[in-house]
Amino acid sequence: MLDKNGIARRIAQEVQNGQYVNLGIGIPTLVANHIPEGLDVEFQSENGILGMGPFPIEGTEDADLINAGKQTITALPGAVFFDSATSFAMIRGQHVQLTVLGAMEVSANGDIANWKIPGKMVKGMGGAMDLVASAENIVVAMMHTNRAGESKLLSTCSLPLTGVGCVKRVVTNLAVMDIKDGAFHLVERAPGVTVEEIVNATDGALILPDLVPEMSL
Amino acid sequence: MAISKEINGVEEACKDVKDGMTFMLGGFGLCGIPENCIEELVRLGVKDVTCISNNAGVDNFGLGKLLKKSQIRKMISSYVGENEEFERQMLSGELEVDLIPQGSLAERCRAGGAGIPAFYTPAGYGTEVAEGKEVREFNGKPHVLESALTADFAFVKAWKGDASGNLIYKATSRNFNPMMAMAGKITVAEVEELVPLGSLDPNEIHTPGIFVQRIFQGKAYEKRIEQRTVSQNK
Repeated sequence: MLDKNGIARRIAQEVQNGQYVNLGIGIPTLVANHIPEGLDVEFQSENGILGMGPFPIEGTEDADLINAGKQTITALPGAVFFDSATSFAMIRGQHVQLTVLGAMEVSANGDIANWKIPGKMVKGMGGAMDLVASAENIVVAMMHTNRAGESKLLSTCSLPLTGVGCVKRVVTNLAVMDIKDGAFHLVERAPGVTVEEIVNATDGALILPDLVPEMSL
Repeated sequence: MAISKEINGVEEACKDVKDGMTFMLGGFGLCGIPENCIEELVRLGVKDVTCISNNAGVDNFGLGKLLKKSQIRKMISSYVGENEEFERQMLSGELEVDLIPQGSLAERCRAGGAGIPAFYTPAGYGTEVAEGKEVREFNGKPHVLESALTADFAFVKAWKGDASGNLIYKATSRNFNPMMAMAGKITVAEVEELVPLGSLDPNEIHTPGIFVQRIFQGKAYEKRIEQRTVSQNK
């Protein structure tokens, strides 16, 4: 079973040379730490930076330089700042090739819910609805089950949706799943996790291949 | 001769704000917010206002200060997760809240300033955000009709500006400020440094002064950091 950093490490393998990538808040942010040396990748943060670098050395933080999670960051050589309308032109116009974001629920037809629990938690969607509606390549990073142990991979989402039919791949602490033709397709299992455990933790329709390789991390 | 927008300070900038007005406030989280104008709105006690702002500040800073004094009747935002008082007022129904996707918010402000009454976007299709809105297919994909936003006052914050109202922002503090500057009937720009005419390079100005009606040099910026994150090694 993977921890959050393990999920991020596996998702880093999805990143290809030459891609512009938007990382959401939480586990997705960790993906930046696991990009292999020598890969040319630029990170976009929707509050207005392309070429986002690591967190600053203590004492050099700049209140004017943050990411979409409101964390202090740095700008790498070649970085650029822009306004929010330009930022979402990059996203809506499909100039950003890969989007990684977290979710509360994902359904077998690729719907995603991650912004609201009616009557309980209302934080807002931020840029998530724009991102999922436009990105060609959306990878969801999340734990396979919630704190109550219930599956987050469902036949239909119970929470208010962020986007419909948009998620192509989910990476959890247990498995890599692709979503197509209204079902989850098991692609890989996490180290030490059995297919049976994945089946038990998955609520939506699940297609199993004959052979399920273990992730190579 | 250039048209001067320079005024004496924040009191003059906000002298004619009234109850029930709609304000736009630039910023992303606490980054690039018009701190001086927010303080002045709190001091004036203007109430029943609608605030269009990506976020709602935190409990004791930014728009959180207006919320605490119940001056805001309605918020139009995309993400409000850092503010407990906001969440309390919203869940109890004291505060009307319109949550909209961040890219749609930015584009609605831009459209408002650019004379475009509405536009179609894929964001929010199939979600409660699209309820009651016209949906139309383009290239086989459904899009939602979103309308432009304007405001009685837009309060924006820039790094440098001149008396003509030309503005330059620093790093990611630019965010929503340029679009909101365009969409205000009266746009008030507070800047960290008001520089003499002619000292800004016209090639590098982000917001042309035509969008700004009032400009002044702000004071005592706190520039709070919400999530101070640092690296251990070089």
